[in-house]
Amino acid sequence: MAVLLQASNLTKRFGDVAAVNGVSFGLEAGTCFGLLGPNGAGKTTIIEMLEGITDADGGKIFYRGKPVGVDFRNDAGIMFQSTALQDYMTVREALEMFGSFYPRPAPIDELIDTCSLGEFLDRDSRKLSGGQRQRLLLAIALVNDPQVVFLDEPTTGLDPQARRNLWALVKRIRAQGKTILLTTHYMEEAYELCDEIAIMDHGKIITRGSPKTLLAEHFDEVVLQLPRADIPADPAELPLPVTLHEEEETVEILSRDINATIRILLDNDISLAGLQIRPRTLEDLFLALTGEELRA
Amino acid sequence: MSWRRFLAVLKARNREFIRDRSALGWNIFFPVLIVAGFAFAFSGKPMDLYKVGVYAADPVQKLAEVQKTQAFFRTDYIQFIPISKLAPAITKVERHQLDMLFDLDQHHYWINRDSPKGYLLERVLHGADTVADITNSPAGNFQRQTVSGREIRYVDWLIPGILAMNMMFSALFGVGYVIVRYRKSGVLKRLQATPLTAFEFLSAQVVSRLWLILAITSGVYAGADLFIDFSMFGNYALLLLVFTLGAVSLISLGLLVAARIASEELAGGILNVLSWPMMFLSGVWFSLEGTNPLVQKLALLFPLTHVIDAARAIMIDGAGLAGISTQLVVLTLMSAVFLLLGAVLFRWK
Repeated sequence: MAVLLQASNLTKRFGDVAAVNGVSFGLEAGTCFGLLGPNGAGKTTIIEMLEGITDADGGKIFYRGKPVGVDFRNDAGIMFQSTALQDYMTVREALEMFGSFYPRPAPIDELIDTCSLGEFLDRDSRKLSGGQRQRLLLAIALVNDPQVVFLDEPTTGLDPQARRNLWALVKRIRAQGKTILLTTHYMEEAYELCDEIAIMDHGKIITRGSPKTLLAEHFDEVVLQLPRADIPADPAELPLPVTLHEEEETVEILSRDINATIRILLDNDISLAGLQIRPRTLEDLFLALTGEELRA
Repeated sequence: MSWRRFLAVLKARNREFIRDRSALGWNIFFPVLIVAGFAFAFSGKPMDLYKVGVYAADPVQKLAEVQKTQAFFRTDYIQFIPISKLAPAITKVERHQLDMLFDLDQHHYWINRDSPKGYLLERVLHGADTVADITNSPAGNFQRQTVSGREIRYVDWLIPGILAMNMMFSALFGVGYVIVRYRKSGVLKRLQATPLTAFEFLSAQVVSRLWLILAITSGVYAGADLFIDFSMFGNYALLLLVFTLGAVSLISLGLLVAARIASEELAGGILNVLSWPMMFLSGVWFSLEGTNPLVQKLALLFPLTHVIDAARAIMIDGAGLAGISTQLVVLTLMSAVFLLLGAVLFRWK
């Protein structure tokens, strides 16, 4: 697939801090690319440089093979991490106003349908719930029928149900052929939505690839979780690779052979009543690559 | 410049203002308050210039008697107040609350030697009976001449200043403060991500506030005219031109202040620093005639000074276009400089 948007060696400093330090990547047309990392990793700075909101100190950005210009705004849809609309503006009025800024606005009825805004079209935008508000902001990002959609932490602060509703919308947009650049610190969100991800920390990309490929490259085991109380003796004495999570009062055991691990647990008179088995996640990958918990 | 984008922002800003009931209410209520205040303060007969207490056993009766026999007690613009207790009245003279006090029974009078009004009243007292008919009396080598004309009252002089001052507050705070709030809340950042240009956005803010200011100023003018018969000898179209240019220059000043600031507290402070000196040094309440020349020069830096000077020239002197051309040129230049600087310095974030 053709690369639609290309970032090449982007850098940005805020005083002594290198917020973005030589970052390069390309967005293939029609895919969803995720920038993952904890708060302060440089995700928002990168996305704002690509959007033209923040000037880069170094590096170049290309759109369809040419350096980005002012016209790129007509092709870009943007949903900021935190944003506000003018007061006393209804949902419909907000869509109409933003639509009038562009030469080829998307039909408003289509946006209302895509983002499920029909129930609260005439409501003051300040009186929307968190999920409704994010759907409106997503619709505004789509108001110019963009080729590239930037979504900066679109589900932060939403409850699980609202988050899943927004995921469904993002999938619908991707299915329409839009190219999406998403930032998030929710690994589950990236796994669910992204074709390709780049994991960032301290202003750099530390690895990139498809979520499944990355997990397969770095892990070949699953995780068995047991309540700490189900292991009478010291867990460290077990002949298994054990990690104790004292705060959560759980014990995690890495296993390449589940049957063999379970036999060892039974031989040590450990109850399996509370046993849970999960695959390795992007969260584990981040921990493995940086040595730190995700500071979400 | 895209008119479509300009009109979209203009419509949104107007809608925001009209739907904000508290702001709209205040913008309507405040001018009504001003008109009511003026109607209360300046309607009725002109106020007396001096207050003279008259004490006697029966002060009302005694005052009526002396008014028949002594010219001083018939002098216009002196309010004669019957007094029944002498001691408190003397205290009032000491405190300049009474300019003079008579004890008609004992034939005494009191003045405060530190009171200019008392000094003048005493001169009038001594001259009044000897020069009962002033029209035929000699005054040294001077021959009496008379002219006639309508009085320019304080209210006639004050109304242009009040209209302009009201305009100033609306322009500075209604635009500068709003833009800073937009920047702080992220509204501007969201608009920056669209093809909307800073010029289109700023122009829409200027026009939105301009029509509002002109509508409110016209309303205050009409309302005040209903209750107070103030002077207007000039051309209404010219007055509208002055207020339009004045409003544009003051709105542009508000834009300049808001060009980069993201703190409402700082913006409020700067707007106060600008508006208070303008309110006192631009001649809203009193003439700067006779004040320190440096202060008079400083006042010329304020757009409000030129708005008020031009408005007074039109309303009180009936000045035409030529008579206020200097003020019009200065206001145009100020508007251009403020707008240009504001647009150059403007930052969305």
